[in-house]
Amino acid sequence: MMAGFQQDPSVRPTALTKAVTMPASIAEVEQVQSVRTPIRIEYEVTPGKSLSAYLRALKDKRILGSVCPETGQVMVPPRGVSPVSGKRCTEMVEVGDTGYVESFNITRLPIRSRPELEPPYISAWVVYDGANNSAIALIAGIEPEEARIGMRVRAVWKPDDELEESAANILHWEPTGEPDVTGLGQGIIGRVTVPADDTASSELTGGPP
Amino acid sequence: MRPVAVVGSLQRQQRSIPNESEVEFMTPLIDGIKTKLGLTQQEIGFTCSGSSDFIAGMAFSFVHTIDGVGPTPPIQESHVEMDGAWALYEAWVKLQLGEIDTALIYSYSKSSGGSLRDVLATQMDPYYVAPLWPDAFAVEALAARQMLEGGTVSREQLAEIASRSRTHGATNPHAIRTTAKSAADIMNEAPVADPLRPSDLPASADGGVAVILATGDRAKDLCDRPAWIRGIDHRIDAHTLGVRDLTTSMSARKAAEKAGVHHDKVDFAELYAPFTTSEFVLTQALGLNESTVINPSGGALAAHTMMASGLIRIAEAAERISAGDGDRAVAHAGAGPVLQQNLVCVLEGE
Repeated sequence: MMAGFQQDPSVRPTALTKAVTMPASIAEVEQVQSVRTPIRIEYEVTPGKSLSAYLRALKDKRILGSVCPETGQVMVPPRGVSPVSGKRCTEMVEVGDTGYVESFNITRLPIRSRPELEPPYISAWVVYDGANNSAIALIAGIEPEEARIGMRVRAVWKPDDELEESAANILHWEPTGEPDVTGLGQGIIGRVTVPADDTASSELTGGPP
Repeated sequence: MRPVAVVGSLQRQQRSIPNESEVEFMTPLIDGIKTKLGLTQQEIGFTCSGSSDFIAGMAFSFVHTIDGVGPTPPIQESHVEMDGAWALYEAWVKLQLGEIDTALIYSYSKSSGGSLRDVLATQMDPYYVAPLWPDAFAVEALAARQMLEGGTVSREQLAEIASRSRTHGATNPHAIRTTAKSAADIMNEAPVADPLRPSDLPASADGGVAVILATGDRAKDLCDRPAWIRGIDHRIDAHTLGVRDLTTSMSARKAAEKAGVHHDKVDFAELYAPFTTSEFVLTQALGLNESTVINPSGGALAAHTMMASGLIRIAEAAERISAGDGDRAVAHAGAGPVLQQNLVCVLEGE
């Protein structure tokens, strides 16, 4: 058995029972209580082919998705690769700036990195019309208690003269007032239809009725 | 030990790949090697990758790249924040358990988006060393100075390593530093981090590699001449540079012993040696002599994709074994400041 396990845990190691004696030359120097060593590294992150096209289109208030070459499913934002098939997507299509809420949560605490967001606010997974997956969105224009799965929403864009190549062009999403999409929230994880796996496919593919 | 072999690989290395994201340039490699071998993702027992958030400049950067695997329906997957050679080790252990017979391993980085020399400072001790931002070349230069002044190696020997790497690199389509240069000309280069000269330094690249492992009969089905992993081991030296002898590598020597490097002749060795000094130390630590061709690909001096360079050594050695260029090879991967961590892998043909 290792010696360390035989020691009585109530007995402190002798090294910790003795006071630290400083050399006389620095005995009077104020002891350091803490140090701050901030680290900062700068990067030039390039978004790649697909996200570049996506960001450029956003400047024209258009939203692009990439098309899976095997299943035809549309993913937003386009990353150039289909997570369903693992194949490169070369085709992109425009999807709607309307959609429905797949899920949501209400945040009641402020986030330091986003001081402009005043709690409580609603963040949601929104399925854009024409897309097969959902993307994160901020929902505004309603009280948190009114948020619900299936609610139809539309993007609220920045004024035209403020548009940039940025996802920040969409300020938030607001309800359209259309009837809710029904049959959601039944525990189905995602609408991405899985080839050769019946249990995970879904009739909900294709957006609202 | 269950026989496990490298049955195929694909790599890409370029000075920089500015117009493609990591997943965009990795998917053709991952998808390509599976297609080449006639495998689908659902047939692969385990997938493991290696990359670094510190190089990508974002948290959980590796999850973006998993899209390129096509993880639908869900797959068994893991990731190491290390060179892909350690992902291969994890997959090898998993294959030893006997539950699966194939594994996909990939690793990559796009270091051109930042200053790798500075980013690497973040791997140092975070209290006493990292806040000083020691430049990666300068850290290696400390070891080089110690080696030169202590007589471990001469400037001529280092220049010869650099010159030979360039000559070998000229035959490697993935190499970046490929122009021939004599040892005498290299010794006339102005030092970058004295005593290290430009030709002593890694040829930094963006890129990655995808490798497929398979066991026993499965390997024979997938490859005419699989490169069998006869031994694999990895060891770690102390993190603090001040307590290590930088002129030698105890961990590399130990890993070589455990992997069985000395059990037979070694036709060639692919060593993760980002600096000429590291190649010299490794050649000594692994006990390699003139009968072994060192870094026929040119090694990391010819093309160095951080996080992939070690796995690329294994891929390069395996490709040569499978092509019949030799019967027994050593592949080595390293990580950490001044080769703190070392992995050694012995590959053999049938």
